[in-house]
Amino acid sequence: MSGVISSSLARKFVMALSGLFLVIFLVLHVTINLASVISPEFFNEASHFMGYNPIVQYAMQPILILGVIVHFVMGFVLEYQNRAARGVSYAKYQGSANAPWVSRNMIYSGLVVLAFLGLHFYDFWVHEMVYKYVEAKPEDPTRYYAETVEKFAPFWRTVLYVVSFVLLSLHLWHGFQSSFQSMGVNNKYTSGIKTFTKLFAVLVPLAFAFIAVYHHLNPITH
Amino acid sequence: MGVLDSKVPSGPLADKWTKHKNEIELVNPANKRNIDVIVVGTGLAGGSAAATMAELGYNVKTFCYQDSPRRAHSIAAQGGVNAAKNYQGDGDSVYRLFYDTVKGGDYRSREANVHRLAEVSTNIIDQCVAQGVPFAREYGGLLDNRSFGGVLVSRTFYAKGQTGQQLLLGAYAAMNRQIQRGKIKSYTRHEMLDLVLVDGKARGIIARNLVTGEIERHSAHAVVIASGGYGNLFFLSTYCMGANVMAAWKAHKRGAFFANPCFTQIHPTCIPVSGDHQSKLTLMSESLRNDGRIWVPKKLEDAKAIREGKLKPTDLAEEDRDYYLERRYPAFGNLVPRDVASRAAKERCDAGYGVNKTGEAVYLDFDAAIMRYGREKALTSGMKNPDDKTVRKLGEEVVEAKYGNLFQMYEKIVDQNPYKTPMMIYPAVHYTMGGLWVDYNLMTTIPGCYAAGEANFSDHGANRLGASALMQGLADGYFVLPYTIGDYLSDDIRTGPIPTETPEFEEAENNVRERIQKLMSAKGEHSVDYYHKKLGKIMWNKCGMARNAKELQEAMDEIAELRKDFWANVKVTGVADGKNQELEKAGRVADFLELGELFAMDALERNESCGGHFREEYQTPEGEALRDDKNFTFVSAWEYKGDPRKAKLHKEELVYENIEVKTRSYK
Amino acid sequence: MKLFLKIWRQKNASTKGKMMEYTLEGIESDMSFLEMLDVLNEDLIARGEEPVEFDHDCREGICGTCSLMINGRPHGPDSRITVCQLHMRSFNDGDTIVIEPWRAKAFPVIKDLIVDRTAFDRIQQAGGYISVNTSGRPVDANAIPIEKDAADASFNAATCIGCGACVAACKNASAMLFTSAKVSQFALLPQGQVEAADRVLNMVRQMDLEGFGNCTNTGACEVECPKGISLENIARMNREYLAASVKG
Repeated sequence: MSGVISSSLARKFVMALSGLFLVIFLVLHVTINLASVISPEFFNEASHFMGYNPIVQYAMQPILILGVIVHFVMGFVLEYQNRAARGVSYAKYQGSANAPWVSRNMIYSGLVVLAFLGLHFYDFWVHEMVYKYVEAKPEDPTRYYAETVEKFAPFWRTVLYVVSFVLLSLHLWHGFQSSFQSMGVNNKYTSGIKTFTKLFAVLVPLAFAFIAVYHHLNPITH
Repeated sequence: MGVLDSKVPSGPLADKWTKHKNEIELVNPANKRNIDVIVVGTGLAGGSAAATMAELGYNVKTFCYQDSPRRAHSIAAQGGVNAAKNYQGDGDSVYRLFYDTVKGGDYRSREANVHRLAEVSTNIIDQCVAQGVPFAREYGGLLDNRSFGGVLVSRTFYAKGQTGQQLLLGAYAAMNRQIQRGKIKSYTRHEMLDLVLVDGKARGIIARNLVTGEIERHSAHAVVIASGGYGNLFFLSTYCMGANVMAAWKAHKRGAFFANPCFTQIHPTCIPVSGDHQSKLTLMSESLRNDGRIWVPKKLEDAKAIREGKLKPTDLAEEDRDYYLERRYPAFGNLVPRDVASRAAKERCDAGYGVNKTGEAVYLDFDAAIMRYGREKALTSGMKNPDDKTVRKLGEEVVEAKYGNLFQMYEKIVDQNPYKTPMMIYPAVHYTMGGLWVDYNLMTTIPGCYAAGEANFSDHGANRLGASALMQGLADGYFVLPYTIGDYLSDDIRTGPIPTETPEFEEAENNVRERIQKLMSAKGEHSVDYYHKKLGKIMWNKCGMARNAKELQEAMDEIAELRKDFWANVKVTGVADGKNQELEKAGRVADFLELGELFAMDALERNESCGGHFREEYQTPEGEALRDDKNFTFVSAWEYKGDPRKAKLHKEELVYENIEVKTRSYK
Repeated sequence: MKLFLKIWRQKNASTKGKMMEYTLEGIESDMSFLEMLDVLNEDLIARGEEPVEFDHDCREGICGTCSLMINGRPHGPDSRITVCQLHMRSFNDGDTIVIEPWRAKAFPVIKDLIVDRTAFDRIQQAGGYISVNTSGRPVDANAIPIEKDAADASFNAATCIGCGACVAACKNASAMLFTSAKVSQFALLPQGQVEAADRVLNMVRQMDLEGFGNCTNTGACEVECPKGISLENIARMNREYLAASVKG
């Protein structure tokens, strides 16, 4: 990949653009998820639409997966190059004196989010694929709410999800605003952008975590 | 005229340069490609000369001991660069700049050179702006000016407190363009250790690669020495640590005459010495004297109390302060030339009025300026009857905008807030007007060896005015030397490349190797710094701001003695074939130990006081410098004869046809 | 003041280095940090050992030669200064001070604490200039009025002293702040805009060739820069680069 995008600035743009794309996806995702707390019926409808609409399934889903792959592969490439650029490491290095923890540890927050994506894919996406294509069960527009709530029954999964959302928050805290700098936006709106991105970085993961905890605490009683 | 021919063109002063440019030989562009030029030093003079000559078509090799050409000490010049643009409409002109410079130099500079300097000064500003040098501007988008010592107009262009850096970056950028084109080959971390003469002409240098220790031969059709001044002779100075006289001194030993070595500028506003560990002195820009008032206590007992820490300067009533420059020189006040201000500070401190622990400091006070600016700002902001606190706050803001970086620098070093308590300052060695003797074409007495910038004896006579060093460096490099050198090189179009496998290069290289060997194998009692500090003390105490025959004679003997001791007992650690800072320093100090003696001899020879050269025996009843125009209106040019004190004096008589020589007065 | 020093010693580029420990006594608080090292070196010379080599020249914070990583921070604990402006009053009796060279693949060690920063020169040679002939006859300086704000912004970018603290501080050893300051200095002036597109493309290409890391916008460079060069310059360079790339 580094061969294709040979300029460090181009790599930054790619990182920023794929990141921003994923941010937009998060907005959509959190909106639908919030419905699961407010209106199970609407949640079922929306989920069914997303699961069976051909545009979503055959166009948007592959783009999303590609976006995720580009973002993390590029993240690894950058990390590898950046470590190599130091050469010999310092005996003493006070990174905390001049840059916040989140900005220096994007690779770790990113790795946690990536691992979480694995679990999340296994939990929902793989499940859907098996349901639709392996077992080839019929369409059932009412099943989603119950399936979702059931996933959060185990305490360990809820905890894993919440921890991941915290790391997602940290990743967004630096990454979202950083993408604007990478694309050359630094002007009178910058402080406004920073405030907005930080609010976003807190509120969106908080909403995800709230949903997970809410379902854990409110199981469906048969 | 003897052996010294200044080659000043005939004709009216104002037409000399134009006429000369029209009459000198040129080298056609195709032939320039066959000619190599070496430039030693990449400050304003060397950098701009290298860039311009490369652009004209010559193959240029540049050498600097720094790791990048951009770090030459021109970078440290704070205040500004003079030019007779008359943008302020305050009556400035080429003639006035010429006149101020000759008068400022106490009538010891060459008229024709100074006039040319004033003429091309305006081109410098045009050139630098075109290159993108970010000079300070007014709100209308036009260039701003300020005033410097010894003049009555505002002709100084500046870029906050770092004009030197911005100008050097301009020259460095011009160099980079030529490096990219392959016309300049830049050798960094290299030091010139000898000049090579073939048939009496300068044809190359021997250089040491400071990283590998390799001794290299480099040939060229001409050699330009732009290696700066020799103020580090005094150990403590405002020069950078690496500044040295090696290139110029080697040229001197190969036959270039050394002119006016004793003309040294002691800058009045430097941060005072704080202890024996001190390695360097920091300048506070002369621009501060635009707004700062210099004073000491009027009463000896107050000065004593301040020194003992019992009294604070801010507690001293206005009537108990002696604003001695305003008192002695009402016309120019705090903006008298540097030599005058320095001497006045020394006079007060010697009389016991010094204000720091060592008794060698005076105050530079911004209180009046802060209040004046504050009131002005309050008025323009529409405030009626603001209280003192508000005025002070506003005033501090204005002063910060003007001098913020200097105030910050002061606070970092002294650990005192100069907005609240006056700065303490004392004179320090800052610039050397003396240097290699050059003719009107900037050629030394060795054919093909040129000297530019501070390295030549230049246009400043016995005292340089503020903001004139940058002007001269760039004038020499951009506008003078690249043309005058063509006159000489026009004879070399058929010479072809100069071979380095010749007996002359062999001899010079062996010479260099032997010297290094000798330094490395000395017995090893004391470090190089030990000798440098000792030399500095002799120079400062006996050849400093005030000199007399007895002490100069003593200095000559002490330096000769110290030199002998150095060669027998210096200790140089490490190896010769690798990076070795001690070896580098040793070579430089060895040269200073020779130059120091010549310096003292020159000062002893000059039985008058002029500019920065103040002989206690020659002063007016009021303590002002007493020139002897009848006997000393000449440039002393010393010819090397194997030992500094055997040097032979040649005199270039100075003729003033366009300016009336009179007593310099700033009263 | 008594100090314990841990200093990187390395004979030359091709040998391996290591940290060495030294104890130093009698240090005064109004000494500069480099004067403290001078004292150490005089001690070492007296003992017949090789002194510690470090880069330094003007000792007034403008030439950009000095370059020491002190206790994990470029130019030491104080902000907005270079090592030569750092004074021992910033340390306490009994302190241990770790001194290392700048670390970057693009800045190989030459000896002890000295590194080779010619990569910076090459970046500027790639386009850090305005192609105007020095021997030409440019127009009068005041024929091009420049808005004061633009002139000031250009000046602020131009205050970069090329010390390399930005690279040393950056966890990625990225040279973006340096390069962007040089790009901005010219991009902000009308004289510099003619060649702006080529300049940014060429300088960035050279920066990458030298092996500096990628910028991840941590902002460490801005904090450690002795001249306070702003991150805005990096954004400006990104913008300029994007525009230049689109233009082709």
